[in-house]
Amino acid sequence: MPNQKPQTKYWKKNLQYLSILLSIWFVVSYGCSIIFVKELDKIRIGGFKLGFWFAQQGSIYVFVIIIFVYVLLMNRLDKKFNVEEQE
Amino acid sequence: MSIQAWTYVIVTFTFIVYIAIAIWARASSTKEFYVAGKGVSPLANGMATAADWMSAASFISMAGVISFMGRDGSIYLLGWTGGYVLLALLLAPYLRKFGKFTVPDFVGERYYSQVARFVAICCAIFISFTYVAGQMRGVGVVFSRFLEVNINTGVVIGMGIVFSYAVMGGMKGITYTQVAQYCVLIFAFLVPAIFISIMMTNKLLPQIGFGSTLVGTEGVYLLDKLDGLNQELGFSAYTSGVKTRLDVFCITAALMVGTAGLPHVIIRFFTVKRVKDARISAGWALLFIAILYTTAPAIAAFARTNLITTVNEKQYEDIPEWFTNWEKTGLITWVDKNNDGLIQYRSGEAFEGKPKFKEGAGTYGQRIITNDLTNNENELFIDRDIMVLANPEIARLPNWVIGLVAAGGLAAALSTAAGLLLVISTSISHDLMKKIFTPNITEKQELLLARIAAGFAVILAGYFGVHPPGFVAQVVAFAFGLAASSFFPAILLGIFSKRVNKEGAISGMLVGITFTAAYIIYFKFINPSANISDKWFLGISPEGIGIVGMTLNFITTLTVSHFTPPPPESVQDMVEEIRIPRGPSSAHEINA
Repeated sequence: MPNQKPQTKYWKKNLQYLSILLSIWFVVSYGCSIIFVKELDKIRIGGFKLGFWFAQQGSIYVFVIIIFVYVLLMNRLDKKFNVEEQE
Repeated sequence: MSIQAWTYVIVTFTFIVYIAIAIWARASSTKEFYVAGKGVSPLANGMATAADWMSAASFISMAGVISFMGRDGSIYLLGWTGGYVLLALLLAPYLRKFGKFTVPDFVGERYYSQVARFVAICCAIFISFTYVAGQMRGVGVVFSRFLEVNINTGVVIGMGIVFSYAVMGGMKGITYTQVAQYCVLIFAFLVPAIFISIMMTNKLLPQIGFGSTLVGTEGVYLLDKLDGLNQELGFSAYTSGVKTRLDVFCITAALMVGTAGLPHVIIRFFTVKRVKDARISAGWALLFIAILYTTAPAIAAFARTNLITTVNEKQYEDIPEWFTNWEKTGLITWVDKNNDGLIQYRSGEAFEGKPKFKEGAGTYGQRIITNDLTNNENELFIDRDIMVLANPEIARLPNWVIGLVAAGGLAAALSTAAGLLLVISTSISHDLMKKIFTPNITEKQELLLARIAAGFAVILAGYFGVHPPGFVAQVVAFAFGLAASSFFPAILLGIFSKRVNKEGAISGMLVGITFTAAYIIYFKFINPSANISDKWFLGISPEGIGIVGMTLNFITTLTVSHFTPPPPESVQDMVEEIRIPRGPSSAHEINA
């Protein structure tokens, strides 16, 4: 797609990041903590059943990481397409 | 010093700090009043957002609720944190670029329609009032137990404090006070948790402690012990849930999406300088929230274990002092069904409804209730709210820790109340008056109007705190359901689709709200006896129905937009602009 405007390319790349990060968000919170929780509960880490741990601890950590990764990716993307705000 | 003396000292000290900040951060323009002049640093904004978000419910009630729900408590833990991912990735940066003051601003301009704006204003006001009533009540509860003043006096004192910094400082005063309040509340939440974690499991971090072995046992894991205790007393195992997967799924989703659609949360991202700052401050906010939200399930497990082992099958006469202290507030009650003088704690309600007391004392000095007894073996009524508040006393922590918890609970309730009051006052002075009814008022008049509206809202909120409507708990589902089914799709599609038009958005919001509201009203108010899983639509409880409402909203918006003309060129250009950080914000800045 050589003739795309840079703006369109920037937006497409953004959407790509979003879909990857939101898939992780979905798998961890709904997959590990709700849908497959019983299966994961068969695995134990210390006193935690894994599904229970994801539901009450792990998912929250992953959420925080997702946001910081997104911030990092987008700041790089802004620079690359030269669309970051001027001071 | 006694608990009460400590509480007075700590609470008074924190109040002086809040008021000092309020005087220092007075607002002099509408821009400062509404969005703190857009000059807040991302870190400070993250902290303020966290304090704004974590209400009396998060601080006082959540760990208690989880302690009774076990694994199902994850609906709150996930629901109230996962929404920040949606907010950070899908909404916050774009709304900051859009660059106005409020959610109705965005809805009104993106959908070029006063009707859309008006629908948004009504939702914003309704959602915020629902919330604020609960906060003032929380203030009252803390005051009545720890300072032993009457609940109403407590509410009035709380109102006075909020009034001083919300009305004077607007968003600017509120933001900086919230930074202080965050520090108070997180410290107050962590200190007892760490103490108890060390005492019970010898681990410093509660997050690790509740997955470890108990002190004084031979390698028995805390959670295994708790599962066992629960089952012995006829409850389901702590680490397994009772709700269906689908229902847990829907409630979690409704809370997440609702979080991302709540106006008092969204408005926080208007206060930072740049798009970049909006992104990172959502990250800071969630990090600060996560500190409390990962500690809460640990407290829940500790508190439940402690409660069962200190109370069950014990003589009432030998019961520790905290029990009788809290008995005075009516939040814990024992009724000796089998006349053996021992407290039996079992699954099921001990009696019908909330305790109703009569004068005098029973054989062992306990308070006497007049409720109809149920015929199970449970003799104990415990209000979930006391689990966090009484936890330090149950674990016999030093008195200053208990005073600190009281100050933390107040900080949580006051910070959230202030944020909500600001949304209400902004909705009235800016969205309703300036944008719809009296567009010609000057900046000065608008600022005065905003202050009057804030003052009026404080008084109304105080009224609800003194005369709490019995339905506060029920309407919380409302606030999230409505936010999920109205704002979230309208804002999301407004950013990610250029084709969605006003016909689509308005009909979508109306369909979403009507469906969700009708479902909740039917099961919570009109026919509460039918509120059981067999009668629910696909087994989805009223708490989770917002997600179905949201789906209907999406479908309606997209379908109607498809068959009606696209939005005007200027609106499509605006959407293009908000997607790129650089460039002037699409809406014209109001110069302060």
